Amino acid sequence: MYKLLLCWRYLRTRWIALASVISVTLGVATMIVVNAVMAGFSNEMQTRIHGILSDLVFESHSLSGFEDPVWHMEEIQRAAGDQIAGMTPTVAVPAMLSFQVRGQWVTRQVMFIGIDPATHAQVSDFGQYLQHPANRQQLSFDLREGGYDTTDSQSPTDTPTRPALEHAGWPHRRMRVERERLWKERQAAQAEAGPAQSVDQQVDAVLAATSPPAASPTDGDDAATTPEAPRQNPFQQARPEQGRVMDLAKEQFTGIVPGIGLASFRSRDGTDQFLTLPGDDVKITFPTAGTPPKAVSDTFTIVDFYESKMSEYDSNFVFVPIDALQRMRGMIDPQTGIPSVNSIQIKLKPEADLNEVRDRLRKVFPADLYAIATWRDKQGPLLSAVDMEMAVLNILLFLIIAVAGFGILAIFFMIVVEKTRDIGILKALGATASGIAGIFLGYGLFLGLVGAGAGLALGLGITWNINQIRQAVEWCTGARVFDPSIYYFFQIPTIVNPITIGWIIVGAVAIAIASSVLPAVRAARLHAVEALRHE
Amino acid sequence: MLETRQIRKRYRSGSSTLEVLRGVDFQLDPGGFVAVVGQSGSGKSTLLHMMGLLDAPDGGEVWLDGSRIDNLPPRERDRLRNRAIGMVFQAYHLLPELTALENVLTPLLIRHGIWDWFSHKQTARREAEALLDRFGLADRMHHRPRQLSGGEMQRVAIARALITHPRVLLADEPTGNLDEESGAGIITALTELNREKGLSIVLVTHDADIARQARGIVRLTAGKVETIPQDATGSAA
Repeated sequence: MYKLLLCWRYLRTRWIALASVISVTLGVATMIVVNAVMAGFSNEMQTRIHGILSDLVFESHSLSGFEDPVWHMEEIQRAAGDQIAGMTPTVAVPAMLSFQVRGQWVTRQVMFIGIDPATHAQVSDFGQYLQHPANRQQLSFDLREGGYDTTDSQSPTDTPTRPALEHAGWPHRRMRVERERLWKERQAAQAEAGPAQSVDQQVDAVLAATSPPAASPTDGDDAATTPEAPRQNPFQQARPEQGRVMDLAKEQFTGIVPGIGLASFRSRDGTDQFLTLPGDDVKITFPTAGTPPKAVSDTFTIVDFYESKMSEYDSNFVFVPIDALQRMRGMIDPQTGIPSVNSIQIKLKPEADLNEVRDRLRKVFPADLYAIATWRDKQGPLLSAVDMEMAVLNILLFLIIAVAGFGILAIFFMIVVEKTRDIGILKALGATASGIAGIFLGYGLFLGLVGAGAGLALGLGITWNINQIRQAVEWCTGARVFDPSIYYFFQIPTIVNPITIGWIIVGAVAIAIASSVLPAVRAARLHAVEALRHE
Repeated sequence: MLETRQIRKRYRSGSSTLEVLRGVDFQLDPGGFVAVVGQSGSGKSTLLHMMGLLDAPDGGEVWLDGSRIDNLPPRERDRLRNRAIGMVFQAYHLLPELTALENVLTPLLIRHGIWDWFSHKQTARREAEALLDRFGLADRMHHRPRQLSGGEMQRVAIARALITHPRVLLADEPTGNLDEESGAGIITALTELNREKGLSIVLVTHDADIARQARGIVRLTAGKVETIPQDATGSAA
């Protein structure tokens, strides 16, 4: 009982000991905040990755894929149908995307992915990532007559961040065609007329003539005046397609949905600037499915943008109808008409065990021919990199608390020296050596609990109010702390894991106790008579 | 009831050795009151420390109530110091963070752990309060040592030594830091305790007047003890 009483009195009379505990408090608070924020980010990332990749991906090893997706899907259904919620085939090849921006060609390396518009949205969150509300309901590769969202549908704001999308779709397409036609006319007229205006002046003149009027929607119909139809070829009926010039203002090429990062960038004020819009035509060059593969290219029309918020995907993926891609690549067997695909995306029911289903399928489909992986397997390196970051950060922050331990050690030594005489008295009255040690170990425990408790309160307080704090800091310093043009979300995400917090507290208290061991042992070993003589 | 046989103690400093006690034989009968006198540095306190098990002799034995106590394991020695031996020091040695009452209770606080303290708390407090009352400190119970005078502090120390109902009280120059009047009060208290309660006391002092108030005197010279015959006012040890 004397130990408890003395601990308590020492705590109340020696406030300076609490100074040594401040490091423990700050260390614990920092660890809590950092773990919460990193868990929040990691969770957001995992959610997004999982939203993009389906639960299981069923692939073959070669670029030309495997034949007869329907047969494969039936086999998969037979092997694991009770766990499967949806399947869709895809074809994916590396490709090059080229489009013109103000007369210059921009080329990007992309992953060209053929998808089945009817079933693709079933296996992932694909549908949510599109910019046109009707496409979000059901994707169509046909160009839409305006109506694209001018804000980000996943985190909408009151003011439009994408004003350029207001006229996207057919209105934009018609305007562009008209612009080009006028440009050609001017060029021709210029050649006859005389001294050339500068290119900029000519461009500005054409733009001024064809820009949509300020506040009115879909005026596009007026902007486009179809040229007078040329005189008809009497044999037109026999060969309707031959020799016909495509009317770009009314027709589109095969529709594609590129990732939004390929065609836009976010400016500092938060709006998105677009290099190309739905309605524009682009060229894509990709390998055929022959051996060896040959490069073919074709023209496509952008019909929507895909935005998953992960730059890896938004700057790389271009989606196209699977049957068009199969046809262009020669993936359809000319005799049987059976197409090939690269992969089948499988979505499992919520309660399914991903690894278990994967293993089941692996038994049916041999590993030398097929590669079957869960979404975690595919993104393993990325997720484990994040885990490693968290582990390293935790170690570093724990060192801060360890440093606090040395403060406790030093202060306790001083207290033991100061209390030498009192220790002698206690020994003279019959206190055991272990009892004396217990006073100081208990004192260390008290300080550890007080410090960790304060750190817990501070850490949770910061975590739960982190966005208000961020706003306050931004208001004070005038600088952006969390730039939405770099990160994908506007609010800092946090997740508080009670087990993590439990471990942090245990660790901090353990360090406090460990730091008091040496002084406690020293106190216990004092010789009673010499201690009593101590001034 | 308290006996030392051929106690030896030497102190080493560097290469030289100082033999302070060279075979001390001492005896205290039950209910006895013996003063140990001698010059400064003669080893009086050292002898008392041996008897109180605060230090271990280099040779010889210490016996209490017919059993040898100097060779007991540490735990047993701690136990004896807590229960059977009461000590009072020249410098009072009170714990500054505790009140007078808590200081008196300290040996009991040491004896009982947290759990069984609560069953003994009431009786212990009553005893402590009664002791302090007897020494005239009823209104100083909740004061800290720094608020007490020297005499008051020594009385608290004596109360603390008594609360465990010890077999023997060892007092090491208890009046050394006090003025004559307070000192006399302390010695009176001790004589009363010896006479009325039959408490066995060993009192170390360099003051001959004080020594004469005991019932027996021994002198420590050159590491050995000799009994001083009492004059007619006292009785032989």
